[in-house]
Amino acid sequence: MTAFRDTAVAAPGLSARRRRFGGWRQGLPGYLFLAPWLAGFFLLTLGPTLVSLYLSFTDFDLLRSPQWIGGANYERIFTSDPKFWTSVGVTLSYVALSVPLKLGFALAVAMWLNRGIAGLGIYRAIFYLPSLLGGSVAVAILWKQVFGYDGLVNQLLWLVFGVNGPSWISNPATSLYTLVLLSVWQFGSPMIIFLAGLRQIPRDLYEAASIDGATRRQQLTRITLPLLAPVIFFNLVLQTIEAFKAFTPAFIISGGTGGPVDSVLFYTLYLYQQGFAYFRMGYASALAWILLLTIAAFTALAFLSQRYWVYYEDDPR
Amino acid sequence: MAEEVDRSWRALPKHVALMLASLAMLYPLLWMLSSSFKPEDEIFSDLSLWPQTVTLMNYVEGWFGLGIQFGRFFLNSLIVSGLAVIGNLVACSLAAFAFARLEFPLKKLWFAAMLGTLMLPYHVTLIPQYVLFQKLGWLNTFWPLVVPKFLAVDAFFIFLMVQFFRGIPRELDEAAVIDGCGPWRIYWSIMLPLSRPVLAAAAIFSFIWTWDDFFGPLLYLTDVANYTVPLALRGFIDATSRSAWGPLFSMSILSLVPVFAAFLMFQKHIIEGIAASGLKR
Repeated sequence: MTAFRDTAVAAPGLSARRRRFGGWRQGLPGYLFLAPWLAGFFLLTLGPTLVSLYLSFTDFDLLRSPQWIGGANYERIFTSDPKFWTSVGVTLSYVALSVPLKLGFALAVAMWLNRGIAGLGIYRAIFYLPSLLGGSVAVAILWKQVFGYDGLVNQLLWLVFGVNGPSWISNPATSLYTLVLLSVWQFGSPMIIFLAGLRQIPRDLYEAASIDGATRRQQLTRITLPLLAPVIFFNLVLQTIEAFKAFTPAFIISGGTGGPVDSVLFYTLYLYQQGFAYFRMGYASALAWILLLTIAAFTALAFLSQRYWVYYEDDPR
Repeated sequence: MAEEVDRSWRALPKHVALMLASLAMLYPLLWMLSSSFKPEDEIFSDLSLWPQTVTLMNYVEGWFGLGIQFGRFFLNSLIVSGLAVIGNLVACSLAAFAFARLEFPLKKLWFAAMLGTLMLPYHVTLIPQYVLFQKLGWLNTFWPLVVPKFLAVDAFFIFLMVQFFRGIPRELDEAAVIDGCGPWRIYWSIMLPLSRPVLAAAAIFSFIWTWDDFFGPLLYLTDVANYTVPLALRGFIDATSRSAWGPLFSMSILSLVPVFAAFLMFQKHIIEGIAASGLKR
């Protein structure tokens, strides 16, 4: 069973190269186990990724075969497509508002819950529940009613202040904020990750600090935040990518249009419209590649910034 | 370690604050639940969580609201989600076992490729996949939603399982090798039985994510009879007038029941799964 790493005792006659790679024949079980993933990787991931790069340079409507048009799609996107810039603006505002608010909320509640409280498990479960249900169409429908003209929020406003609120969903000035709120409402999932991270910080650090007379604020900025930086980093990257990809709530509350006045025209929604409402598949492929490069650039930037603010305990620095 | 649990009366204000916060968090959901039992006019006039008149009319109306009984959509969702769970468990655990325990040429390259797909937004593969499934004649069938799971396209689960498999002591499979077990037996009789927690987490998340998935069905399912529950809810918004929130709420509540039930039953696995995803590297 030379397929196993630790039992693979290299026979004296084997070449170094063969030992390093395990040999093709010995590798057969590995490839059999990997076969479904390999098929999926080539047929459904790598292949389509390359094909969509090609399609992004073509005019393609699904009926006729793709026509090569060079960089015309990209040129049009950047120079003469105001809707593209609208969707970029909407998406960037959404990311810039929802991610810091959500993470800040998650961190604050996690630190609050971490100070030794009975029934932690119950509170944690309750705060997590919106994260689990929040991505569904059902909750998007609920949101549409809650922030509608005769919705729950306006009923409350009428009851408490006696004012008639506007329809928050169909007012372009506020519709995006209702979606930001929906995202912040789902702070439970990063909160759980923060809680798990907080529990790994050794308590004696805090004890030593308070003996030395450190205030709570100093403990927060000198112990908690630095030691939690890797977890903050992880949540930041994950939530930002998620926010870039948000689709369902914007689709549901706007009925697929991105309206009113394109105020919730998320980038993904625009891509969907171009590809599957107008069947401009080449154009939509170009949009997809711009999204990929944006997310890749953001992720690379985040990883590069790590050395200035994220400290790993096993780092020799 | 967390600090010692404070069970004294001093913790009371904090509990009161936490309970109010919990109520605020859950209020919209509870209100939707109670509204689903209220007559239409009461939904718009009554903020309380307790209906003055309890009626099941919304459920009856909602169930038959789209011309096809909602049971059909639940069955469709159940088929798609069930197959997705099976596909993810089988294909991802096979791949994870190869990455965690077997040696083969180019392993490092494939592993890096797998990690790379974690970051890839699915929008990039969307259109060519759509064209492929169209050429195969799979539009308006469940195949585009299910087959990718059997080809381990959800790399997140492979990653999760590799992490778990690596934590299982190697002495166990070494002993099995000495006893003459091949890789298949080791995978089937040693790794899988020892990996229940991670398999459970993968199954639960596969189920919930597929159950809630809106985008996939939106692209591929065109015939109302093939709709999954989220798509049926969307169709319901378009089909009903502005004032039919009651039936819409009742079906929305029903659509959340399976996810909520999974949460109640497997809360521990879900929360540990989330926590583990952020801490292991």
